Amino acid sequence: MNVNREPALRLQGIVKTFPGVRALDGVDFEVMPGEVHALLGENGAGKSTLMKVLAGMYQPDEGQIIIAGQKVRMTTPIEAKAQGVILIHQELSLVPEMSAAENIYLGELPRKSLGRVDWKTLEARSNAILKRLRCNFRAEVTVANLSIANQQMVEIARALTVDARVVIFDEPTASLTDAEKVVLFDIINDLKAQGVGIVYISHRMDEIFTLSDRITVLRDGGYRGTLNTADTNEDEVTRLMIGRSLDLSRDEAAREFGKTMLDVRNLTCPGLFENVSFSVRAGEVVGFYGLVGAGRTEIAETLFGLRKPTSGEILVDGETVEIGSPRAAIAMGISLVPENRKEQGLVLQMNCRDNMTLPQVQDLTAGPFLSQGAELAIFDQYRDRLAIKTPSWRQSAGVLSGGNQQKIVIGKWLSMQPRVLIVDEPTRGIDVGSKSEIHQLLRELAAQGYAVIVISSEMPEVLRVSDRIVAMYHGRIMREFSIDEVTEDSLVQAISGITSDTAA
Amino acid sequence: MLLARLKAGGPAIAKQGILVAFIVFMITFSLMSDRFLSADNIMSVFRQSAIIGVMALGVTIVVIGGNLDLSVGSMLSFATVLVVDLHDKIGPELAIPVMVLATLCLGAINGFLIGILRLNSLIVTLGMLSAIQGLVLIYSGGQNVDIVDQTGTWFAIFGRGAMFGIATPIIIFLGLALVFHVIMTTMPFGRRVHAVGGNPTASIFSGIPRSRVVFMTYLISALCVAIAAIILGSRVMGSQNNVGLGYELQVLAAVILGGTSLLGGSGSILRTVLGVLMLAFIQNGLILMGQPYYTQWLVTWVVIIVAVWLDVAAKRGRLFSPIA
Ligand SMILES: Nc1ncnc2c1ncn2[C@@H]1O[C@H](COP(=O)(O)OP(=O)(O)OP(=O)(O)O)[C@@H](O)[C@H]1O
Ligand SMILES: [Mg+2]
Repeated sequence: MNVNREPALRLQGIVKTFPGVRALDGVDFEVMPGEVHALLGENGAGKSTLMKVLAGMYQPDEGQIIIAGQKVRMTTPIEAKAQGVILIHQELSLVPEMSAAENIYLGELPRKSLGRVDWKTLEARSNAILKRLRCNFRAEVTVANLSIANQQMVEIARALTVDARVVIFDEPTASLTDAEKVVLFDIINDLKAQGVGIVYISHRMDEIFTLSDRITVLRDGGYRGTLNTADTNEDEVTRLMIGRSLDLSRDEAAREFGKTMLDVRNLTCPGLFENVSFSVRAGEVVGFYGLVGAGRTEIAETLFGLRKPTSGEILVDGETVEIGSPRAAIAMGISLVPENRKEQGLVLQMNCRDNMTLPQVQDLTAGPFLSQGAELAIFDQYRDRLAIKTPSWRQSAGVLSGGNQQKIVIGKWLSMQPRVLIVDEPTRGIDVGSKSEIHQLLRELAAQGYAVIVISSEMPEVLRVSDRIVAMYHGRIMREFSIDEVTEDSLVQAISGITSDTAA
Repeated sequence: MLLARLKAGGPAIAKQGILVAFIVFMITFSLMSDRFLSADNIMSVFRQSAIIGVMALGVTIVVIGGNLDLSVGSMLSFATVLVVDLHDKIGPELAIPVMVLATLCLGAINGFLIGILRLNSLIVTLGMLSAIQGLVLIYSGGQNVDIVDQTGTWFAIFGRGAMFGIATPIIIFLGLALVFHVIMTTMPFGRRVHAVGGNPTASIFSGIPRSRVVFMTYLISALCVAIAAIILGSRVMGSQNNVGLGYELQVLAAVILGGTSLLGGSGSILRTVLGVLMLAFIQNGLILMGQPYYTQWLVTWVVIIVAVWLDVAAKRGRLFSPIA
């Protein structure tokens, strides 16, 4: 395809090192005008780093960037933007205190005389862009009040303010609902039709195969090859990416369930969830499936002592308990892997080991002092078990790749050896190989007698890991399925609030 | 060239920036005054820095925990006036514990308002700064206080005494620094302070009792002020009722020079010691060069701004921000 055309942008032999890491090792990459070029690779393979080089945020140690046949040097994101290269970040980079409109035009607010901001034009233009994105909020709202998904839309809106040559999407769908994804894909196809080159990074194979024209695979910072999407398949791409095929089967071994570890009766938190009752036995994985905003995270937070229910009962291992704080929850053997790794899961400037041992830090002591040995033993164990990629335990968690950050958080809570493990969107941003390993791990943990709750918005995920699935809609449990009776259709119906006859 | 070095070194040099600046200062001053590097002068700088230094240790811990403490200046006035005044009334063996308890109470008020009620630390401690100064004036009735028998009391040992030929204030300062360094780097409490300052939300999600940790940092800060007051009262054997005026800024300057981030979550006790010494040597150097004390304020400010600038520049790899 397009062989006789000039690429919109080309990277040649890009090398980028950080202390202790060769993040990019001679990578070639190009995007044609009007092409969607997917970039794939494991967590830490160097995808985000490559894109930051492209967007002027990092300077490559070696190699060159060629735009429209011209060799260019871009030392700031502003210079890159002037060249028409726009990066939509994996991690949101908005100013939370400002309005959506100000964020969209940040740094280039329309002006009136005397440098005054032209608010009318600003808001009119911003609202027009948001409308194009089919957003149901106004540009005047403060970003902090928007959901993560809507913040993501603001981030995307930024890209539409200039004449873009290349737009880079770094895992844009990690926190979008299916409906929002459809909108995003429309936008991408629009841009493509206008001749804009698109780089699309995602760990979701289905998206990559619907959207992309070509796929480039990175592995350990090295270039592994470029394939035409039409001529390849998921298995080939996966093997290029992780060096083996994936086993996506369900572990069907018959399960023995123990006694009820967690029993929730008529739990209510007005406005968030109402009359929620369910139980989880030792050895069992219960999946909570529903749309974003169905109240699943809020239930998890209540069980972890972060919210107070107004009525209802919680029994842990047969005993009625009051869970007043996360400390109390931890003492009862409850662990929560939270939804948002950067805000709730990690202290970014703290090193990987210290992050992992944080909840149990007062127990890892020799006399009054922290035991380096005990801490390192925990870190090493979970680094190996979760295949966490970091040059050393001293690395601050903030510079790890997104997926590896998530693994640190999972390791942190697994190392507490809980009786009840609650994981909220555990594989957000995690590569296909590790994802399937985490699924297996959750199954193994259950087999060892843990009671596991998995909250997920991905149907294949709940279907793969759960023994039972609880479907939620608007703060209520619509239906419970055992894994043998569940079908995709009935699940979709239940989470959209449609009650079928069988459910009654 | 500096720029190139900054780029090449990245964050590594950021950590050493202050050390480099310190050495440059030392060399400059020693070229300008031959008394500057004499053993006598060095000892006297160390001794004079002890009071600011001890307070800076506590404030470093508060700042790592993500807060500020501007009340230490008037808290020092309070504690010094109290211990000196009580010395002749109830004797030093009682005056010291009473003063320490009273000062800890002030710290507890800070800790309660900021740690438990979650009020903004800048506002609370700024308010405490003037409230405590008022308290001192009420207590002393505006009079300065003195110890009558200045030579016959063992209270003199804290400010005027020496052990193994080293002045006691220096021993107290460096000893405390070592203790706090050990607490902050090798004990669970230190880890928790770093976590709470670095990301309060994630700390709560990790089961760390954030309120209690913050409360404790203010108690520690007050304890440090109490110890500084003992040194000061013992050295002067008397006290003006506003003796700590302006100390809060000097203390904060030392903490910032030491590279502790005002955003919380990172910083180091030992580097605060370096910051304290650097500040003290600059001020001493200026005095030796015959500058009046108020030039010190100007120079101190310039030094802090340059230190902060180099720190930021090293982190982003360029001297000037690319963003207009
Ligand atoms: N600023 C930095 N300092 C040090 N190391 C870094 C920095 N940025 C990235 N790295 C390292 O470079 C490697 C590549 O990271 P990158 O973020 O590009 O991965 P990625 O392919 O985007 O992964 P993910 O799918 O998890 O987002 C990782 O090992 C990461 O720890
Ligand atoms: Mg990435």
